[in-house]
Amino acid sequence: MTINYDNLNSIQIDVFKELGNIGAGNAVTALSKMLNKKVNMEVPKVRILEFKEVAEILGGAEIPVAGIYFRVQGDISGNIMFLIPTDSSRILLDMLMGPYRDGNEFGEMDKSALEEIGNILAGSYISSLSTLTDMKIKISVPALAIDMVGAVLSVPIIQFGQMGDSVMLIETQFFQGDTQVKGYFLLIPDVDSFTKLLEKLGVA
Amino acid sequence: MTANVTKIGMAEVCTANHPAVLVTLGLGSCVGICLYDKTKKIVGMAHIMLPSSKDIKNNSNRAKFADTAVELLITGMVKYGAERRRITAKIAGGAQMFSFSSANELMRIGERNVHAVREELKRLTIPILAEDVGGNYGRTIEFYSENGALGVKTIGHGISVI
Repeated sequence: MTINYDNLNSIQIDVFKELGNIGAGNAVTALSKMLNKKVNMEVPKVRILEFKEVAEILGGAEIPVAGIYFRVQGDISGNIMFLIPTDSSRILLDMLMGPYRDGNEFGEMDKSALEEIGNILAGSYISSLSTLTDMKIKISVPALAIDMVGAVLSVPIIQFGQMGDSVMLIETQFFQGDTQVKGYFLLIPDVDSFTKLLEKLGVA
Repeated sequence: MTANVTKIGMAEVCTANHPAVLVTLGLGSCVGICLYDKTKKIVGMAHIMLPSSKDIKNNSNRAKFADTAVELLITGMVKYGAERRRITAKIAGGAQMFSFSSANELMRIGERNVHAVREELKRLTIPILAEDVGGNYGRTIEFYSENGALGVKTIGHGISVI
């Protein structure tokens, strides 16, 4: 099945944006509770990108990030990924667990904490989408990679390579005001889930 | 002479005359295929995403697949004056970035890409002079027309020239 993104009209794009808004809004609330600090988010962007452009979205393919990746399954399928630049990840871990770590290495404890943060955020993101669309959606266990953003993103992108030559990302940036923690939520629905989502939301 | 540095993105190929440096940043499960004609110093690089164009209906972009990108590169290099029988290869990438407990086909995509690239190069009798593949980390690669050296940079797994 091949998707032609040109067929998406502006209302449909807006609906995808709104999905990002609601999902990320809930996830940001969860993060804010976890940190006991205010967390802001930007208006979601719906981006339709050629593969060669994808790795550039966060400012270059070599930027080191922590990527926490989930498969989405159920009535719709896709991928959800949080990308947190490594410097932000360290600050985030310091806020949660205290600045006890030495050096710049991520230990086992840090890694499992990042997975758990991801788990909570992805859970809130997806459960709000599930409520909104009245669909059964669940997420896999988290998988973590700390590496160059291009390499981390290659995994969900390759799945799209089987269907077309571009990918749709629903991207929301969040940041924690005083500490410069920032990160991105990416929701990447599988191609055959597009229509289902649009139908369910009455804009097919 | 200053070499032109060209970035190659996912599902792209590029061929160039000396002096040139071909670069792919943040290679993950994809594979970078680097071909070289030593005599003419002609270089080519492909950044493939998937092993086979035959499994997929929408396969018009030949730069995307292991089994079509190599031919595409060779054609490009021959146009610049390279000779087929002189072409050699170096490959890098094909990492498994995430380890899921349930290792499905898709998670093993890096390994499958590497395998497909090796098979294709074997079919076309292009010798692989060096490779840096697998593992669970990303790579940035730089391929130099000057001497056919391939620089591999990683985060936390060192820098090497193969």
